Amino acid sequence: MTDLVPSDAMADPLLDLMGGFIQQLRQAGLPVSLTENLDAMNAVREIPIGDRTSFKWALGSTLVKNHQHWPAFETVFEVYFSLRGAEYSLTDDDSDATDDDTSAEGDEQNEGGGQEQGGGGGDAMSNEDLAEMLYQALMREDQTLQRAVARQAVQRFAGMEPGRPVGGTYYLYRTLRNLDLDAVLERLLEADKQENGGQSKLDERLARDEYESRVEKMKSEIEAEIRRRLVADRGVEAMAKTLRKPLPEDLDFMHATRDEMESLRKAIYPLTRKLAIRLARKRRHKNKGGLDFRNTIRRSLSYGGVPAEPRFKHPRPAKPEIVVIADISGSVAAFARFTLHLVYAMSSQFSKVRAFVFIDGLDEVTKFFDGGDDITAAVHRVNTEADVVWVDGHSDYGHAFEVFEKNYMNAITPKTTVMILGDARNNYHAAQSWIIQEMKRNAKQVFWLNPEPGSYWDTGDSIVSEYGQYCDGLFEVRNLRQLETFIEAVL
Amino acid sequence: MSDRFADVEAVRSGLSGVDYLADDGISSVVYLADRLGKPVLVEGPAGTGKTQLAKSVAEMLGARLIRLQCYEGLDESKALYEWNYKKQLLRIQSERDADWGTIEDDIFSEEFLLTRPLLEAITCEDPVVLLIDEVDRVEVETEALLLEILSDYQVSIPELGTITAKQIPLVFLTSNNTRELSEALKRRALYMHLDYPELEREREIVQTKVPDITANLADQVARIVRTVRNLDLRKAPSVSETLDWARTLVLLGVEHVDAETAIETANVLLKYRTDIEKATKEFASNDEAFTTPA
Repeated sequence: MTDLVPSDAMADPLLDLMGGFIQQLRQAGLPVSLTENLDAMNAVREIPIGDRTSFKWALGSTLVKNHQHWPAFETVFEVYFSLRGAEYSLTDDDSDATDDDTSAEGDEQNEGGGQEQGGGGGDAMSNEDLAEMLYQALMREDQTLQRAVARQAVQRFAGMEPGRPVGGTYYLYRTLRNLDLDAVLERLLEADKQENGGQSKLDERLARDEYESRVEKMKSEIEAEIRRRLVADRGVEAMAKTLRKPLPEDLDFMHATRDEMESLRKAIYPLTRKLAIRLARKRRHKNKGGLDFRNTIRRSLSYGGVPAEPRFKHPRPAKPEIVVIADISGSVAAFARFTLHLVYAMSSQFSKVRAFVFIDGLDEVTKFFDGGDDITAAVHRVNTEADVVWVDGHSDYGHAFEVFEKNYMNAITPKTTVMILGDARNNYHAAQSWIIQEMKRNAKQVFWLNPEPGSYWDTGDSIVSEYGQYCDGLFEVRNLRQLETFIEAVL
Repeated sequence: MSDRFADVEAVRSGLSGVDYLADDGISSVVYLADRLGKPVLVEGPAGTGKTQLAKSVAEMLGARLIRLQCYEGLDESKALYEWNYKKQLLRIQSERDADWGTIEDDIFSEEFLLTRPLLEAITCEDPVVLLIDEVDRVEVETEALLLEILSDYQVSIPELGTITAKQIPLVFLTSNNTRELSEALKRRALYMHLDYPELEREREIVQTKVPDITANLADQVARIVRTVRNLDLRKAPSVSETLDWARTLVLLGVEHVDAETAIETANVLLKYRTDIEKATKEFASNDEAFTTPA
């Protein structure tokens, strides 16, 4: 647009604003390079200032080059531009009220009853009225009403107090507990059933999904409302800091929540594919086969019979064989879940993967992953059917390895890469590390991946170095970034 | 750098004129790509309309679409240019007694140059949209071939010198994200992730692309597809599969999808046996998972 003149008067505040924003992004862990920074500056100049969506995309497309980082970008964006955005100007008259509220809330919080002195228009409303409003808003999918309800609900239930050092999740929890969205969802479904009586199950299912998605939207509306108020109270910098979550690749496997686990699971696939492609590429590019005489002669015709371009036979592809031995005991439970997903992903990429799991006994679980396209079922079978408990169900690496040595040692050939996953907390049992040494002698490579932070190694009953001395590599793998480093380092 | 579009809205309406429904993200990024003269890297699951976007933009602008399909082993001679050595040999043979110097000057001229898609795109006089499809399929090393053209719109040929673009083409790169692209490439491009469309948009897409469909059926199709995508599947249905399914239903004369129809036609939507089984189980009317509240 030509009417948007990047005059000096305008460029300077924009420069400051952008500088601060990029600072925040970098602190959230996003790698923003200098050129990207400049691109973003150029991009926002092309966008009319009032157009918040395009503004967001202008920043997003120039600064975020990895889809996994998008949620982090969105959070920073919402916080940083929450008060300046066009969205907020819609609620202009209310933002004044919000200021009053936050001070007024000092008195009213804790007692859920004393709402009378709060700002806004819905003071006379009882909690039942609010619930009814919420129901109506969701039923009619009325966004303005939804926003109004969110504002009311947060004001009423969150008990926000200026300067109180509590995270947004606490307020969210308080608000949601009072709103009881599950009950509302049931009511919506009930009403829907009444209205369209005698629906098929399929229709019912579709209706459920529809209302669930509306409720989800409502939740994020409430979250946004809380965030807006927190920003108003504490300022941008502080808020960006408290809302900062680790990027997916920095998530600790051991402490991931269910949702986080889900996002990890999605991220594993590309990683194993990468592993497979790398191994395959190595196969293809290393030591070419012998001279392909026929092909060379045929080629030489183009050069008037001079064999200027020798052709080589394709080497016979050696299929990589992988043996995974994973600890699935309680101490590494969260990691084990991840491990199984990894094994599953690998077995779909490599033709020869054999998987073993152990606690104090050891069992082969390859067949559970074979052909099974369903990871949940496979994991369930591993957890219920695999015979991994020998005495008491506490990790005993020594005995587990003994079982391996006795029954499965022939799985290891000179072409095999062995990956052992575990924290090597052996409960003071015998280490039997000679078995690892034996594996090393037979296998192509042996790697040990440990989900514990390096500083905990060899403390207490951890004997990871005892095993590690016989491995080709000992890696701390607690997040995707480290897993990636491992993949890059060994292949 | 160039002004193909007046504003973001112009992109959106232009694209919808060629039956491509763009959301805010798509139209903003295409607009910026034109204004900043930068390539767009589009990433996302298969079948979300990445390639179609480039085609539609070309159609909208009435520009020629030049497409470079990437694959492993793609090299300079397939992507940029190649010397037509056969012709060069003939040239040398035809003038055996000519002075070598003149011949040498002669055989390394544009006459003997075979242009490949990338060079073609920048030397073309007419407006061009360049599509570099599935760029994640080439090796990391090969990506480097693209860098010069992506940032400076020029190609350096040692024997000839540097050929600069006559006009700056709109460039789209697509990737299915089978591997991480190099930083250098990403830095030069605007990045956009194309995901499965929202319910609303998918319904509109169905209605645009399958004109015979009733509004009611389109709505149902979009809703069922959303539900199916939420299942834990090996491969979620893509937009093109949604369209195929909608067309199937229209052909069969279905007006209202019930569980039975959905199960019978599930093979249009889903391509793995286990996925079909899972969806069937989910849709079967007397299934437990169906009646118990979430």
